[in-house]
Amino acid sequence: MGNDLAVSVKGLRKAYGRTVAVESLDLDVRRGEVFALLGPNGAGKTTTVEILEGYRKRDGGEVTVLDHDPAQPTAEWRARVGIVLQGTGEFEELTVGELVHHFAAFYPKPDDPDEVIARVGLSDKAKARTVGLSGGQKRRLDVALGIVGHPELLFLDEPTTGFDPEARREFWQLIRELNAAGTTIMLTTHYLDEAEALAQRVGVIAGGRLVEVAEPSRLGNRQSAPATVSWRTPDGSVESTASDTPTALVTELAARFGGEVPGLTVTRPTLEDVYLRMIGAGS
Amino acid sequence: MTTSSVELARRQGVLELRQFTRSREAVVFTMAFPVIMILIFASIFDDEIAPGVNYTQYFITGMIATGLMTVGFQSLAIQIPIERDKGVLKRFRGTPMPKWVYFAGKVLMVAGIGVAEVVLLLAISIGFFDLEAPASMGKWLTFAWVSILGLSACTLCGIAFSSVPRNARGATAVVTPVALVLQFISGVFFVFTDLPTWMQQVAAIFPLKWMCQGLRSVFLPDSFAAAEPAGSWELGKVALILTAWCVVGLVLCVRTFRWSDKYSR
Repeated sequence: MGNDLAVSVKGLRKAYGRTVAVESLDLDVRRGEVFALLGPNGAGKTTTVEILEGYRKRDGGEVTVLDHDPAQPTAEWRARVGIVLQGTGEFEELTVGELVHHFAAFYPKPDDPDEVIARVGLSDKAKARTVGLSGGQKRRLDVALGIVGHPELLFLDEPTTGFDPEARREFWQLIRELNAAGTTIMLTTHYLDEAEALAQRVGVIAGGRLVEVAEPSRLGNRQSAPATVSWRTPDGSVESTASDTPTALVTELAARFGGEVPGLTVTRPTLEDVYLRMIGAGS
Repeated sequence: MTTSSVELARRQGVLELRQFTRSREAVVFTMAFPVIMILIFASIFDDEIAPGVNYTQYFITGMIATGLMTVGFQSLAIQIPIERDKGVLKRFRGTPMPKWVYFAGKVLMVAGIGVAEVVLLLAISIGFFDLEAPASMGKWLTFAWVSILGLSACTLCGIAFSSVPRNARGATAVVTPVALVLQFISGVFFVFTDLPTWMQQVAAIFPLKWMCQGLRSVFLPDSFAAAEPAGSWELGKVALILTAWCVVGLVLCVRTFRWSDKYSR
């Protein structure tokens, strides 16, 4: 078994000409987890992931993916890594069934193609040409092509961009099922709720560096960040105070108002607040 | 249930042909265009250009050569940049599929379409325009090797040329004029020996001129050989130059083929 890390990155560096895309980036993904890489466009997300997928060469640093250097991809290694690309409708004239069966043959131990099509919910479209699929269905086909080889590690690049809310929920369910079946998943997204819903750990990338890695609920120490207490004063204006002891403050306010505090709210920073602060600091 | 590489290549060829035959524009552009050209030109011009040889026969052999060039060179040099832009190459490269299987699929597709194209053009030409089928075994043999060698050279050059257009949108604009100019200077639309000498010399560098000449040796009477630039069919030179282009194309393919766009390496 060896390493319990599916992905290990130390000091990764990549520049395009004079533009540095990624600089001394460290990152670990544990086997069996869902790891989300979160970051704004241009932060170095795609560069990092494409280096891990074996599509791009790095300029420096140590990288192993399933105990193998992705800069030297072999067929054996490729067979263990699944990649879900942002599809662009490249096989319009072929049917879902034809494509999944075709790709299955590339792998030494593929899953049953028809069963994979069923798992992504495209059974009734198996004989349909892909040109007629909806955006969500095309994405499911992308997933089917990524998982038909029964990968140990699956890369998902911004999987739900352009989805309606219901399609996103269904897609998330599919990802959870794959993970429950033992597949390690690394996804990139710029949707915070997606990272929060799916990932056991989230890495925030900004300005080509990994700013923080944590459980979604602990990102930026938000579980212990000062709470903001706000209420309406008798003259009608709103007052708010950041407090490490909000309960004491509310008790005091209750005493001051003699009972109910008008317009009382107590909030902790949302994931979005924390995230925006982090990517602001990183860039 | 590991599938052997040879079987993968066969499946890839089937996949490519299936995509081609289902894409109406591709079928019309590739298959019907030479047919339409023959119908138009053969109906307008019917002069005798040498004793026992009329323009139609001359033009049809040129159109068969052009058909092979369209299938091998034009279609691949345009299709591969489109596939590169759309992420088809990226998708295949992300699987354990051996890289050569992609090219094998293209070659099988070109071979399949090429055979269909030649059969179609021959049938129409023999049926409606008095072209005579090759009369001897030797002529059939020449027909076979000129076609196969010419198609191979065009295919390899098409794959090599696919790295020239920067993107899919530019592909048609870059490739079509190259093919069209070659048709004008290589003795397809005009009798080759009527062209200015410098133009003949330029054309003699490229494969199409030699494919046309080789096919004329099959379909025109032997007496016409005297009307060729060298006074003979020069079949040895045809073989030599087409083989040279195969080698050049192959070397360029191996050295310059781009699996991704310029900015993502």
